[in-house]
Amino acid sequence: MNRYTWRTFILEAVMVLVGVLFFLPVYILVNLALKTPDDQSSPLSPVTNITFQNFSDAWSQANLGQALLTSAFVTVFSVLIIVAISALAAYPLARVTKRWSKWLFFVFMLGLLLPFQLALIPLYTTIRDLGLLGNPISLVLYYAGLQVPFSVFLYTGFIRAVPLDYEEAAAIDGAGPLRSFFSVIFPLVRPITGTVIILNVLHVWNDFLTPLLYLSGSNQQTVPVALFSFVSQYVSQWNLVFAGLVITIAPILIAYFAMQNTIIKGFASGLKG
Amino acid sequence: MSTADSQSLAVAEAAAPVPPVSRSTRKFTARRIGTVPWWFVVPALVFFLFVVLWPSVQGAAYAFTNWDGLSATKDFVGLAQFERLLKDPGGVGAVVHTLLIAVAITVVQNLIGLLLALGVHSKIKSRNILRVALFTPAVITPVATGYLWKYLMTPDGAINQLLGFFGLGALQHDWLGDADIALWSIVATVVWQFAGYSMVIFLAGLQGVPEDVLEASRIDGAGPFRRFWYVVRPELAPAITINLMLSIIGGLKLFDQVWVMTSGGPGTSTDTMSTLIYKNAFQFGDFSYGIAMALVLTAFVAILSTAQYKLLGKQGGTK
Repeated sequence: MNRYTWRTFILEAVMVLVGVLFFLPVYILVNLALKTPDDQSSPLSPVTNITFQNFSDAWSQANLGQALLTSAFVTVFSVLIIVAISALAAYPLARVTKRWSKWLFFVFMLGLLLPFQLALIPLYTTIRDLGLLGNPISLVLYYAGLQVPFSVFLYTGFIRAVPLDYEEAAAIDGAGPLRSFFSVIFPLVRPITGTVIILNVLHVWNDFLTPLLYLSGSNQQTVPVALFSFVSQYVSQWNLVFAGLVITIAPILIAYFAMQNTIIKGFASGLKG
Repeated sequence: MSTADSQSLAVAEAAAPVPPVSRSTRKFTARRIGTVPWWFVVPALVFFLFVVLWPSVQGAAYAFTNWDGLSATKDFVGLAQFERLLKDPGGVGAVVHTLLIAVAITVVQNLIGLLLALGVHSKIKSRNILRVALFTPAVITPVATGYLWKYLMTPDGAINQLLGFFGLGALQHDWLGDADIALWSIVATVVWQFAGYSMVIFLAGLQGVPEDVLEASRIDGAGPFRRFWYVVRPELAPAITINLMLSIIGGLKLFDQVWVMTSGGPGTSTDTMSTLIYKNAFQFGDFSYGIAMALVLTAFVAILSTAQYKLLGKQGGTK
């Protein structure tokens, strides 16, 4: 059954059609961003008179340069902290068989169940009382804590599957626990580090509600919030709005297309269970 | 190593002096392996306590007060906030909408994701590019996809144009302006965005399906449905579990797309727990009412997760 039969051909045709339908909105998005505002043609018909005016207008009016910088800052530092503290915490949770280790793992997993809405308001008041509202550092702190349970869950499962032999060898050679973590465990779990990075970058970069709360009123916005206030201002000027959307999703789309194989594999390898 | 072994070893060790080098090495490794220092968890635990656990405990407590988020004083009001929620049609509506969204997204997104995965996991030539194309929406900022679909769903937008073009004018709607279907329009947007997400996780599970068993069952005359149920499904169990978990959690906390597309409207027809908590706490200054809602949501998450765990646990869903 490894041949390409007429059944395979029908499946291929159906799947290509589905793929086109799925991709159509993305095409409309880019297509419309390239059209002039007075272009009355259907959003489906390809652009004939390409303009980049929408992009430069959106860029300056939505203050997107600032937003991209803030988002990049928040994403890079959050994800660095998440990876460091989660991998470190997962090591004893995966290796130590004592009761405290099992309980701690359970406590972390509780965090997966607690909806973030419950902590949302009390944490907001704490951040406010600390005087961190309007400061992107508040977001870094928030994501570092929020994303710990899921990342610890992924790391612990992966480290458990790593045979003890390597650590034994390292210990015999005189490596302490910190040394065997950095030189043995961390390099061995690189695939799951990839998954953790991808999932967290996507979450932090795309999150909307938290930066809307913590950075509102300040001039440092993340991309989704800048987009939101920009669209509220230019509500029916869709060409302009879509140019703004294209600019803000471009970095993540370019990164995705450049590394799509790694991303899809890395995304799934940690998650299939 | 059995207990008897280790005992006899200990006895032998105590009785006959072992060469010092090998002895210390053995003890050394035994001590090192299995006793990774506990303080490795401290940094993660500190962040977790500060951001998740402690505010959640605070939240659970504030739900029984009349705190407005600003004043220093708060009074214990018992279950008053929950009684308010029960009598508030908007509040009950938000609970119902949230559950509807979570269930609809979980079922539809995973079904489509599974079908896409089965379609792509085949001999078709376009499988690689399809995999990339179908996953693309999942990486786009939900605020952006929300605006994109808001535009597509306007009365004279691309969807109605397409329907008109294919002679399906009767199906044209004001997708987001009609209170009866706005909720489902939002669900469709979310499913479009994340079906590829589910697909990729299912695909990873499908890699583990043994080809020879599949081939053998085909020779034995098993149809495609029996082959799926008896050969493929058991291998997919972990992927099903993780997919259900992710979509339930995602559905229950849905905010971005709703806020961008309808802000809960028309009327209150698409208000979710998240949008109502946001409105109550940050627009109306009614913090403890918002928190009471969050506590109710917590209960639902706990019930749904337990139900799913029990259900899938039986069929060996967690490896």
